[in-house]
Order: sequence, then C-alpha cells, then structure tokens
Amino acid sequence: MNRKRTLTYTIPYILWLGLFVIAPVILLIIQSFGNLNGHFTFGNYVTYFSSGTYLRMTFNSIFFAFIVTAITLLISYPMAYIMSRLKHAQFWLLLVILPTWVNLLLKAYAFIGLFSKTGTINEFLSLIGFAPHQMMFTNMSFLVVAAYIEIPFMIMPIFNSLVELDKSYINAARDLGATQWQTLVKVVFPMSMGGVKAGIQAVFIPTLSLFMITRLIGGNRVITLGTAIEEHFLVTQNWGMGSTIGVILIVAMILTMMITRDRKKKGGKHGR
Amino acid sequence: MKKIIWLTTIILGATLALFGVNIFLEHTENVGTKNNGHQELTIYNWGDYIDPDLLKKFQKETGYKVDYETFDSNEAMFTKIQQGGTHYDLAVPSDYMIQKMKAANLLLPLDHKKLTGLGNYDKKFMNQAFDKGNKYSVPYFWGTLGIVYNDKYIKPGEIKTWNDLWQPKYKKSIMLIDSSRDIMGMALASSGQSVNTKSIPELAAAKGKLDTLMPNVKAIVADEIKTYMAQEEATLAVDYSGDAAEMISENKHLHYVVPSDGGNLWFDNIVMPKTVKNKKAAYAFLNFMSKPANAKQNAIYVGYATPNKKAVQQLPKAIKNNPSWYPDNKTLSKLEVYEDLGPNWVGKYNDYFLEFKMTNR
Repeated sequence: MNRKRTLTYTIPYILWLGLFVIAPVILLIIQSFGNLNGHFTFGNYVTYFSSGTYLRMTFNSIFFAFIVTAITLLISYPMAYIMSRLKHAQFWLLLVILPTWVNLLLKAYAFIGLFSKTGTINEFLSLIGFAPHQMMFTNMSFLVVAAYIEIPFMIMPIFNSLVELDKSYINAARDLGATQWQTLVKVVFPMSMGGVKAGIQAVFIPTLSLFMITRLIGGNRVITLGTAIEEHFLVTQNWGMGSTIGVILIVAMILTMMITRDRKKKGGKHGR
Repeated sequence: MKKIIWLTTIILGATLALFGVNIFLEHTENVGTKNNGHQELTIYNWGDYIDPDLLKKFQKETGYKVDYETFDSNEAMFTKIQQGGTHYDLAVPSDYMIQKMKAANLLLPLDHKKLTGLGNYDKKFMNQAFDKGNKYSVPYFWGTLGIVYNDKYIKPGEIKTWNDLWQPKYKKSIMLIDSSRDIMGMALASSGQSVNTKSIPELAAAKGKLDTLMPNVKAIVADEIKTYMAQEEATLAVDYSGDAAEMISENKHLHYVVPSDGGNLWFDNIVMPKTVKNKKAAYAFLNFMSKPANAKQNAIYVGYATPNKKAVQQLPKAIKNNPSWYPDNKTLSKLEVYEDLGPNWVGKYNDYFLEFKMTNR
C-alpha cells in the first residue's frame, strides 16, 4: 500500500480522535481551571487535595474499584480458561457478551427485584425458614452488582488471549514432563498476561467512576468520584470542580495504563 | 463482507421506513388543526404534570394545537431555554428557578390585563418573594417537604416533627431524597433556622446534626424512592408531597406528614420565557388553566395541591380537608420558600451535603 493511500485512510480516524477524544479532554482541562464565575484559578485543585472529603472519596473509589477488579478477575480467569477449551467456544462467549446488550439501568432494576426486602432472594430465604435479610444498600450488594456488570469486559480479553495461545507450547510443556498445574501456572498464565492486563484496564477504570449503581443499589452509602462529578455538573453546576475530578480520573487512568502496560509485543484484544 | 453490507442495508431500510411512518402519522394528526391557520402552542413542563384530557379540551376550545414537551430538572430546563434554538411559549419552573431565570433575563413580564383568572388564586400563594406582584409568573401547583411513614411499622401520630426522626428506635429505617437543599433544609428547619440561611456556623451545625442522623439513614436515593417506599423497603422517607402522593396511590399503608416545625414550601409556576412565539395562545392557556373547573380536574389527575382557591372549594372533602395536602395556616406560616442563593452558596450547601453523605455509618 502506498503512503498517500494510507494517509487518506487515516483521515477519518484522525478526525474522530481530534473531535471526540482530544478536543473534549482539552476542554475538560480548561474547565477545570475555572471557578464558578468562569475566572482562571487553581482553586479547584487546591480544594481537591486539601479537603478530607475528596481525598476520602478518592480512596473509597480506588478501594472499591480494586475489590471489584479482583472479584471479576478471580471469576473470569477460570471461566475464560474453561470456555477456551470447550467445543463451541464462540457460542459460550456469545452467552457472556449477551448481557452487555441489555441496558445498564434495566440490569440494576432487575437486581433491585432480586435483593429487595420482598425480592426473590428473601422470599426464597423465608421459604426455607430464614429471616429476611437486608441486602439492598450494603457494600456487598454494590460489589455483587458492579462485579456482575464488569465480568464480560474481563472475560473477553482473557478469552481472546487464551484462544490465540499456540497449543504447541502446552504440548511442549507436557512433553517435557510438566504437570497440568505447572503448565497452567508457568506457561499458560504468563502467556495470557496481556489479556489479563487489558481486562484489568477495562474493568478498573470504569469502576472508579461508576455512579448510577452507587445510588440505585448502594443507596449512596457507597460514594465514588462518579457521584461527586454527577453532583457538580447537575446540582451545583460547579463545572470547574466537576472537571477537576474528571481530570484526576484521566490521570488515574493513565497511571493504570502505565502500570499494566504490555511490555511484550503480543497481547490480547481489548474488550471495549 | 457481504453479510455486513446486507445488515447495513436492512438497518438503513428499517430506519427509513420508521421515519416515513412517523412523517405520515404527524401529517394525519395535523390535518384537523392545520385549517386554523397553523397555530401552535409549545408548553415546556415536567413529565406527566398535566391531565392530557385538559390539553385536548384546550385544543378543542381554542383551536390551538398543543405541543407538550417535558423536562426532568429545573437546571436542564434553564440550560435549554438559555441556549436558545427552542420556541417554548410557556414553561413551568419552580420558585428559586424563576428568580434565577429572571436574573438571567429569560422571562417576559405578564400583561395582567390579558389575564382573566388571576382572582381565582389564593392570596396566600401569590406575591411570593421569588416573584413580587406575580409580574412574571402564575402559580400552577404547590407543595411541601415532609415525612412519609408506613402505618404497618409506625403508629400514626408518632411522627410530628423533623426531630422525631432522630429517635434511636428508627435505626436504619429512613430514606432521604438525594437533594442537598432539601436535606440541609430539613436539618436547618429542625433547629429552627431558615432554610435559606447564609451563615456558615448554622450550616456547619446543621451538617453536624445530620451526621448524628446517619445511623438511622438506610439510603439516600433519587426518584427510585417512590418504588422503594411502595415496596416497603424502608418505613420512613423524607420527600416532597408530590412524590408522596404517588407512593400513596400505590401503597395504601403509606401516609404523609408535614412536620410542624417548619420546612420548605415549594411552587411550580407558569412563566413566559423569552423564547415565546405565540403570545396569544400562551395567554389563552394561562386563562384556561385558571378556570376553577380545569384547575380542579388537573389537581385530581396530578395529585398535587392547587393554588386555585375556587378549585379547592370544588374538590372532594377527603382531599381538601386532608392536612397532608392542604395543611392549615398555622403549619403553612412556618414553611419557607427556597430562594436562589447564587452559585457560591448553592456550592456550599452541596459541599456540606456531600460531606454528610461521606459520613461513616
């Protein structure tokens, strides 16, 4: 392919990046230096780093995002591993992806139906003789729902990297006397690290800023940075502060990307 | 590749077909009214906030075709009118927002000579601080902030004031509406302070008092509060009278109390934004809605309290004598209308509220 043609092909891509990625980020950064009257100020950043509220919120967000990522990884890796071994792997993958086609809000409401005081789970519990449990508005319910929502985005990249894995490595390991467990830990897992890292990126960052679930399922007893952004844009209309938190989330994203960067050439495909 | 092209063609085809059907439907709908000289009235209101039969009646009486568009927050409405490009003839903002829109020069003064039904409104609900002399607005509905309780778990009469919520026996049983002005306002009112205070010590004290309520708080939620209360997820809730009316229509065990120690009185008024196109139709609608029979019909449909005195007289006794919806003058006199405090103070209220939400249980 000659150079000129490559260039014409990249124009839509460059336009897209410029309009929908670079320009908004620049606008966000500019906004973050504006106070309520639109004047230039560093005040928003000073407020952020000097207020216990925001720092605690940041810690909460990171903490919950970390746990959610850990839970999804623990569930997803074995699942992706088994799926990649199955006969109709693509079909099983489709089943995993299917729930992502359902609107997030609908899924949240479905969980309300499961978890609420008169919900399915409590009805089952009282049927077998247990007292109904308070499940809504607890950290546990938030973690379950958040993990459920993020699981497909963890499975997809891991699955892809496992499917792409050259079978001859496994055969070689087995031939050389490695047990099944050793093969898994020493060969398969390191070689699918790319997918794991991509999965972590695809789960950790969106979880940092989850906001609707924190209110619907967590009853605002779980507060993340997303909650604060929502409030600053919709209620206070303090776009400067909202943007500041947005910028901080972007920085957190870049940091996560750097830590989980793929240093090898080979890697899994991104889930989203 | 062939598959993709096929799929794209099918999707495009379906979209085009739907678009065509839409145009056709709009066309057939307009046939009846087009003869009246293309007269339209665009109303920008909250969702499900008018009896649709009234719109039909208005259409029949006056010949104006009503285009009813909805918003779900005052702020969203403000932004849309401010940015222009819209042609709303009438809008229904709340009290503090009217003040804000006035300051932003988004409202046109109403010509009182063209309003025939102003006398029908109760003097109590006219001439409010946010619009002295009703220069810019006509009241549409009003309501209060109060407490909803479930009589299966809480005896009637057990809850009378805001301070009753602080009792330790209500551990983890209260749901709060997720709104900084309302919850901060509740704490302020419970200590006998103004819900419009601009005093940092008072706000800090109110936040401190809220922190001590946290063990009783089960959740802080938005619109979902209606579903949760109807499903008896919690036994108590702090919410607006309008939401309460909706909950009660779904669950008969719920009751609404206006606390006797003050709180918020809110208004939704009709205004004429500067985007108005058809002033004649706008005045016709204002006069239509101020007719007692229409206001009464609307109040029954929506379930909120109408400021139209003559309409109240026509309401069934069970509604008009119910202190939950039409509190007596003594309770009313203690309630305050929110003022627009300006972005700096709204920000402070919000910061304190956010801090309260971060309180560990």
